[in-house]
Amino acid sequence: MRKDRVEKIGFGLLFLSIAVTVLLLFSIIYFISARGIKVISWEFITQPPRDAMTAGGVAPAIIGTLCLTLIAIAFSLPLGLACAIYLCEYSPRGYIVNLIRVGINNLAGVPSVVFGLFGLAVFVKFFKFGVSMLSGGLTLGILVLPVIISASQEALMAVPNSVREASLALGATKWQTIKKIILPTALPGVLTGTILSIGRVAGETAPILFTAAAFYLRGYPHSLFSEVMALPYHIYALMTEGAHPQEQTAIAYGCSLILLALVLLVSFVAILIRQRQRGYGHGQ
Amino acid sequence: MDSKVKIKTEEINFFYGRHRALTDINLDIYEKRVTAIIGPSGCGKSTFIRLINRMNELVPNTSLSGSIYIDGQDIFLGSIDPVEIRRRVGMVFQKPNPFAKSIFENIAYGLEVNGVKDRGFIEEKVVESLKKAALWEEVKNRLSASALGISGGQQQRLCIARCLAVEPEVILFDEPCASLDPISTAKIEELIQELKKYYTIVIVTHNMQQAARVSDDTAFFLLGELVEFDRTQNIFTAPRDSRTEAYITGRFG
Repeated sequence: MRKDRVEKIGFGLLFLSIAVTVLLLFSIIYFISARGIKVISWEFITQPPRDAMTAGGVAPAIIGTLCLTLIAIAFSLPLGLACAIYLCEYSPRGYIVNLIRVGINNLAGVPSVVFGLFGLAVFVKFFKFGVSMLSGGLTLGILVLPVIISASQEALMAVPNSVREASLALGATKWQTIKKIILPTALPGVLTGTILSIGRVAGETAPILFTAAAFYLRGYPHSLFSEVMALPYHIYALMTEGAHPQEQTAIAYGCSLILLALVLLVSFVAILIRQRQRGYGHGQ
Repeated sequence: MDSKVKIKTEEINFFYGRHRALTDINLDIYEKRVTAIIGPSGCGKSTFIRLINRMNELVPNTSLSGSIYIDGQDIFLGSIDPVEIRRRVGMVFQKPNPFAKSIFENIAYGLEVNGVKDRGFIEEKVVESLKKAALWEEVKNRLSASALGISGGQQQRLCIARCLAVEPEVILFDEPCASLDPISTAKIEELIQELKKYYTIVIVTHNMQQAARVSDDTAFFLLGELVEFDRTQNIFTAPRDSRTEAYITGRFG
C-alpha cells in the first residue's frame, strides 16, 4: 500500500520534470516566434540594414554567421576527429594520455569570453589576421574543439571491439579498419557532436566580440580577412546601442527567430544524414 | 592417414602482464584436418589459437616466447607482416560479428582490403563464398540487405563466408556455436566437415560432444598446459592422462 504510493509520487515527480522542460522549450519557441515573426519578410532576410538599424534587413549578419560557423566547423571537425582517432585507436593507454583527456575536457569548461581574448591575442595580433572572419571562425573552432573531440571519442569507443577484431582478422590493416569499419559506424555519434557544436558556434557572442564582429557594415564580407556582422552580436548591439530602442528590439527578436531557425534547420539536416547512416545499423 | 603438419608450435609461453596463460605448448596441427581444442574456461584455449593469427599482440601488456611455424615458416619473425598472416589464417569468433553493412559488402570487404579491385571477380567470389558457407540459398535474394537483419546462425555462416572469401589456408573457430541454437549449431558443424576438405581447421569448444563429432584430432588444455594431444577417437575412448579422463567423463570443468 505505502510502497504503491511512493511509486506514484516518484513517477509523478519525474513526469512533472519532463512537463516543465517541454513547457519551457515550447515557450521559448513561442515567444521568440510570436515577437520575431512580425518583422520577418523577404526584405528582412535579403537586404542589409537601413536607417540606423531601424529598417531594412539583416542579410549581412545571416551571411556572417553562416561563414563563421562554416570556418569554425571546417577547422575543428577534421582536427577534433583526428585527435579522437589518435586518442582512441592509436595512443597507448597510460598516464599521459589520461592527462591529455582531462585537459581536453577542462578546455570545454573555459568561459567563452576567455577564448575571445585568446583569439584576439593569437589570431588577430600574433598571426596578424586582424579583426576578421578568419580570426573569429578559428576562435569559435577552438571553442568547440573539446566538444567535438569528446563526442567523437565516445562514438569511437562505442564501436564494439569484436568488429575491430573481425576486420583485422581478415587481413585488413589498422588504418583500413579505422577508415572503412570504425569511422562509418561512429559517424552518427560524430555528427551528433557536430550538431551540438554548430548550435554553439552560431550562437556565441563573446568569442567574436574582439576577433571578427562589426556592429554595422554596409556590404557583405568579400574575403576571409573581412570584418563580418553576425546574428548573435547583432542582437547584442541592437539591444544595447542605438537611438531607437523600440524598432531595434523588434528587429532583435526577428534576428533571434532566424538564428533559432538556422540552428534547427542544421540539426534537422544532420539528423536526416544520421538516420540514413544508421539504416544498416538496425537491420530490417 | 598421415598428413602433413601445417602448424607447429614450439615451447610457447604466453603472459598477460605477470600471469602466465600458456606454459610450454608443443603442438602439431595437421593439414586439412579438424583439430579441436577442449578444456575448462580459462585454460588458455582461446589465447592459444589467437596466437596462430597474431591477434594477441593487439592486447596491451602481453609477452610471448617460443615459436609457431606455418608451413615451416616462423610467423613471429620481425620480417613477417602480421596483416599477411591474418589473411592466411582466418578466424571465426565466438559471437557472430558481421559489419553494419550489407551482406554483399560484408564478404567483399576482405577482398577489397587485400587489394582486389575487379568488381566482376568480387561478385563471383561473394557468390562462391556464400555457397561454400551454405548460406547462398537463404540470402541470394537480399544480398543488399543489412547483415544485421539476418538470424544469429545465418550471421555466423556469413562470418564464415567472409572468412572464406580471402582464401585462407587455415581457419580458426573460437567457440563458433557458443551463442547459437542447436539447429544452427548442427549446420555449422556440418559445414566444418565440408570445409576440412580444403582448409586446415582449428576449433576451440566447450562442448565435448561437439569436439567428438567434428574433429579428427583433439588437444586437451588445462591451466595453460597441453595435457594430452591425440586422435579424437583415442582421447574420447582411451585417454592416457587421468586428468583428460576426468574432464571428458564430466568430473570437473
